[in-house]
Amino acid sequence: MASAERPPAALWLASSVLVVYITLPLAALLLVLPPGELLEHLRSPMALRALWLSVKTTLVATLLAVLLGTPLAYLLARFSFRGRDVLDTLVDLPITIPPVVAGVALLLAFGRRGLLGRHLDVLGASVAFTTVAVVMAQLLIASPFFVKAARAGFESVDTRLEAAARTLGASPWRVFWTVTVPLARPALLSGVVLAWARALSEFGATMMFAGNFPGRTQTLTLAVMTALESDLETAVAVSALSLGLALVALVAAKRMAGRWSVPRA
Amino acid sequence: MPEGGLHFDAAIALGAFRFEADFTVSAGETLALVGPSGAGKTTALELVAGLLRPDRGRIACGGEAWCDTAGGVHRSPEERHVGLVFQDYALFPHLTVRENVAYGPRARGRTRAAAGASASGWLERLGLGGLEDRRLDGLSGGQRQRVALARALASEPRALLLDEPFGALDVATRGSVRSQLRAFLAGCGLPTLLVAHDPVDAFALGDRVAVLEQGGLTQVGTHEELLAHPRGAFVAELAGLNLFRADVSGGRGLKEARAGAVAFHVLADERTGTSFLVFAPSDVALAREPRPGSPQNVFPGRVVEVQPLPDRLRVVLDVGVTMAADVTREAGASLGLAPGIALWASVKATAIRVYG
Repeated sequence: MASAERPPAALWLASSVLVVYITLPLAALLLVLPPGELLEHLRSPMALRALWLSVKTTLVATLLAVLLGTPLAYLLARFSFRGRDVLDTLVDLPITIPPVVAGVALLLAFGRRGLLGRHLDVLGASVAFTTVAVVMAQLLIASPFFVKAARAGFESVDTRLEAAARTLGASPWRVFWTVTVPLARPALLSGVVLAWARALSEFGATMMFAGNFPGRTQTLTLAVMTALESDLETAVAVSALSLGLALVALVAAKRMAGRWSVPRA
Repeated sequence: MPEGGLHFDAAIALGAFRFEADFTVSAGETLALVGPSGAGKTTALELVAGLLRPDRGRIACGGEAWCDTAGGVHRSPEERHVGLVFQDYALFPHLTVRENVAYGPRARGRTRAAAGASASGWLERLGLGGLEDRRLDGLSGGQRQRVALARALASEPRALLLDEPFGALDVATRGSVRSQLRAFLAGCGLPTLLVAHDPVDAFALGDRVAVLEQGGLTQVGTHEELLAHPRGAFVAELAGLNLFRADVSGGRGLKEARAGAVAFHVLADERTGTSFLVFAPSDVALAREPRPGSPQNVFPGRVVEVQPLPDRLRVVLDVGVTMAADVTREAGASLGLAPGIALWASVKATAIRVYG
């Protein structure tokens, strides 16, 4: 519970260390180059290609996360069954393992000699090191964020409202779209934004599974790494852009989650 | 089986709780379910609505089987056309009043315009005209209840289920809403099942009252029947009476009726076997010593509790069974009443009613 008192000076002092530590590097990112130069470097072919690729892939990955994650979130929210805890842990796993490890895992499953990949290879379709691989890596890493948020959103909807809708003649499908989703909307939107932001910042898994090919698999984040070797200014510009996008995502997610408390009738 | 009526005969086990009941509600009749918390009243409603599946039984309305375990029939809630008004109304917070009421017709395929018109009609009928485009947060408890009722009725149900209609209302509103609701239900023509925690509500709204205790029906009847001949602890307490199940011996005149550890002496020419013994607490006299006199029933016991009532004291005693005795405050003072003290209780045989 937030206190109405003013914080003591000692508390301010103690907190300031971490605040400065976080602010300093982020500020450096934004202040090192004057805005004019920043924009100019963002217009370089490398930056534009990376931006376009990131936008395309993250949108597809987020859409897939929503389509595939919604049924799972609803299942976890509404039903208890054997193995539910296992499923729950499984969904959390991509968040906790190192992204690079996730990338290696993707290779082992879908690479040319992988578990599933070898069969795809026979058909002439190979996904590793293609744009599809970028989407796959982003989907793996980012979908748990959506599922968790969506699940919490569904759990917050009173099941009595769903029961009332059923007695009024609505099929379970209709109940979902006319009662559950509208009431879970703030959480669902917040989940979408979080998943998108995570997909955008994805690096390790993408690097391992999709590689770093400009125009094909070089996302904004990978571009920063490459640019650092040759073109520092572009690296800084792209980094600043990424920071800006992260900020936008964070503010959007917070505002949507803030509208969580739907009026209870 | 009455045409258009609700017929219920089902049983279900939920964990350690077992529920089983058999009753019928005619079209236009209101049956009030009353009983202590946890008795299974809401379970009964959920079974009728199809939100719960019975382990065995048959539930039918208007001749149509909604559920028949023997025949493998179980209609889902949306197929049953049942109007359920929840205790806290379960109104949709993201919809306006009219959209709430129109939800049923919309769900059953009516166009937005037709559903809206039907909703407006019901809102008018329930005195809520003018509130159609309002959101829910500004409405009073009584208004919300009527919106919930309108919503249930707009879906053209074949039976009406009300779960504690006054639970969410404050005491002041309750009285006027109660009489309005009674008049409305009478004119509805639907079989109505109503759950009430407060027996006063049950008696006011129900044409008949069914007493549910620990998952089973202990008594069904009009409220006069219930108060005149209680057949369970809940109703007895309601009527402020002592009630015991006893085994009445055969013969005529004064005879013995064993109720657990205690043997009463009663006048019951017409009855033998398992019966109910009922007498009022005011028929029990208390004394420090057993006094010679006419009462045939004199028992030693201990005071368990002394409850102050507005104009007297109710003394709960353990005489082998638990018995309540009413005495004046003066009498209580002269007896030196306190929990734990030993007393003698006496009841006249003529004061004890015996029935089956």
